[in-house]
Amino acid sequence: MSALRQIAFYGKGGIGKSTTSQNTLAALAEMGHRILIVGCDPKADSTRLILHAKAQDTILSLAAAAGSVEDLEIEDVMKVGYQDIRCVESGGPEPGVGCAGRGVITSINFLEENGAYEDIDYVSYDVLGDVVCGGFAMPIRENKAQEIYIVMSGEMMAMYAANNISKGILKYAVSGGVRLGGLICNERQTDKELELAENLAKKLGTQLIYFVPRDNIVQHAELRRMTVLEYAPDSVQANHYRNLANRIHNNAGKGIIPTPITMDELEDMLMEHGIMKAVDESMVGRTAAELELA
Amino acid sequence: MTQSAENVLDHFELFRGPEYQEMLVNKRQQFENRRDPAEVERVREWAKTPEYQEKNFAREALTINPAKACQPLGAVFAAVGFESTLPFVHGSQGCVAYYRSHFSRHFKEPSSCVSSSMTEDAAVFGGLNNMIDGLANAYSMYKPKMIAVSTTCMAEVIGDDLNAFIKTAKEKGSVPAEYDVPFAHTPAFVGSHVTGYDNVMKGILDHFWDGKAGTAPKLERVPNGKINFIGGFDGYTVGNLREIKRIFGLMGIDYTILGDTSDIWDTPTDGEFRMYDGGTTLEEAANAIHAKATVSMQEYCTEKTLPFIAAHGQEVAAFNHPVGVAGTDRFLMALARLTGAEIPVELERERGRLVDAIADSSAHIHGKKFAIYGDPDLCLGLAGFLLELGAEPTHVLATNGSKAWAAKVQELFDSSPFGKNCHVHPGRDLWHLRSLLFTEPVDFLIGNTYGKYLERDTGTPLIRIGFPIFDRHHHHRFPLWGYQGGLNVLVTILDKIFDTIDLNTNVPSKTDYSFDIIR
Repeated sequence: MSALRQIAFYGKGGIGKSTTSQNTLAALAEMGHRILIVGCDPKADSTRLILHAKAQDTILSLAAAAGSVEDLEIEDVMKVGYQDIRCVESGGPEPGVGCAGRGVITSINFLEENGAYEDIDYVSYDVLGDVVCGGFAMPIRENKAQEIYIVMSGEMMAMYAANNISKGILKYAVSGGVRLGGLICNERQTDKELELAENLAKKLGTQLIYFVPRDNIVQHAELRRMTVLEYAPDSVQANHYRNLANRIHNNAGKGIIPTPITMDELEDMLMEHGIMKAVDESMVGRTAAELELA
Repeated sequence: MTQSAENVLDHFELFRGPEYQEMLVNKRQQFENRRDPAEVERVREWAKTPEYQEKNFAREALTINPAKACQPLGAVFAAVGFESTLPFVHGSQGCVAYYRSHFSRHFKEPSSCVSSSMTEDAAVFGGLNNMIDGLANAYSMYKPKMIAVSTTCMAEVIGDDLNAFIKTAKEKGSVPAEYDVPFAHTPAFVGSHVTGYDNVMKGILDHFWDGKAGTAPKLERVPNGKINFIGGFDGYTVGNLREIKRIFGLMGIDYTILGDTSDIWDTPTDGEFRMYDGGTTLEEAANAIHAKATVSMQEYCTEKTLPFIAAHGQEVAAFNHPVGVAGTDRFLMALARLTGAEIPVELERERGRLVDAIADSSAHIHGKKFAIYGDPDLCLGLAGFLLELGAEPTHVLATNGSKAWAAKVQELFDSSPFGKNCHVHPGRDLWHLRSLLFTEPVDFLIGNTYGKYLERDTGTPLIRIGFPIFDRHHHHRFPLWGYQGGLNVLVTILDKIFDTIDLNTNVPSKTDYSFDIIR
């Protein structure tokens, strides 16, 4: 058995992380790799397309019902889906209460202690939104994910989030082994998207691993709770995910320590590409009505 | 009878004086809004019924008087067993005050331990700065040879990463790069003190054996004939480990005690304060990888440590806090098998003396019923000894006992005719035990100091064996292990049996026909 490869997908909420990761992992499974997906999002939707259903039995919900996580068995929480991909969802509290970050720590500790990582080639962590607290950094601690893939698009806030995540990686990269594997641009059809993505990747010291073009077939597959790989294996889009999977597979050990940029630099970059006009400082903070008068 | 500077009364007497008694009565009548005493009495009696017990055992969202402590307490216990090691708890100060006072109240000795003093800002921004400053301060002020880091709830909830933090602190110069700072995550809300012991023991061995968190080459095991011994979390550690050393000495076994706390909690008063004393040397801890085998005296204190050691190629053997003849036999025969050493005549004679003592007192213990609570291994050891004495461990309860532990206790019951009517209660607390002591009474209760409330409420005489013992002194200096330890446990039980007989027969011309000089 080859050494266990651990990767993680991060990115702004709603960017298509879970869709992209599940399609890519389905393609990796097609290539013969044995895969475990660890959903680290309280919404527990990181494995929906693989399982054809939203996983109800999350680690934390079962632990809460049983009284403690020590009372759980690995079989209780692990589901097997498309292409024998093993899936677990950490789950977590309802919005507004509790601590989802601790939930991630608890879940990952449980999986490691109970041998979930045995007989597996790939472990993939799908982590929500942003590295908001120590718990959501759990997958990038020492001996966990070796490379992080950031899913982003040409939108300003997605790039902003990508830059922020790079800051989180940088914090752990120096003391531990985590590296930035690259950016995955999930096309939103914004202006000069590819150019911007490539430029941001360069600024962060990394590469644009893949540009996933927008295709409605993803939506069709998603409505059927399937990956494109399963829904339409012969489609062009399925091949895109296969290419992405190949790139990630061949990217082992090629991750870098990112060089995050400042907010100003990010804005400069957008201006450079003519996405944003240079701001007249005298106009900042004034309402439309005030500007009218001026 | 008020007190004055010349006549200071202690609280036993002071509050019995008429002025205090009058004040207490007034307070009760005027301010306490007391319930009808008859109603109070009715509820008190109802709480003794099977009906109440059923409700009590259906309790889900509340624990009352758990017989366990939290992980970091065990973490500190494990850490101080290493030479000049300062336990460093990453978290808030109050937690560390608890571990220190808990040990001091039990052992009647100071316990050195520091915290990283996390406060509100650390909870928001993470405790990295506390780690950096804390390690630097601890290192320069208390000059330990090693600092063993563990965590409290707060650091765990916000997800502080010890590995990354310690590396960063070293880069910032808090302690030298090659300085030993083993660590373990010990969230207080997971498991119990025995889990914390296990995590830190494993953390320290992992540090020395597997490359000091990536800063040194991993050690290559070159097997020798030595035996490692791990005692586990143990309120009798001073007496027990000295007894173990004596036994190893008698058998001529070359050994290393991992986490040697035998000299920590009874340091001599000779004018010199010892912040650290004794302990496994760091060199011994590293070289322990080469040992032939590792023996754990408490399986549930080494659930992660033993598999870790086994994975490095050693044979491992686990016991459940053996007490008495058969338990000690198994322990000694395992040592003999592992090392090829003979069991010396001295130990055989000690065994014979214990058997003799048991036989001499058998009439008083045989058939008596006991309830035991405590840590999982201690419960197993004591229950085994009671069965051996022909007594019945009717209730065996461990708040930190798992289902697997319960199965093991049941297996023990099944192995003896005296275990037929005995019950095991994993995960239950002392309020559950209170119900049991009413509905299915026993003759004696074995447990720690907190059992005195059960003794008062249920009238079941308490035999103090366990941790913590706050209200009796110095028992930690005497062993429970080995044949000598078995003798100590036997005598402790017998003393309470005879005291109870005397108490029940001392009314003149009523019960004193049995108030005998000879028992």
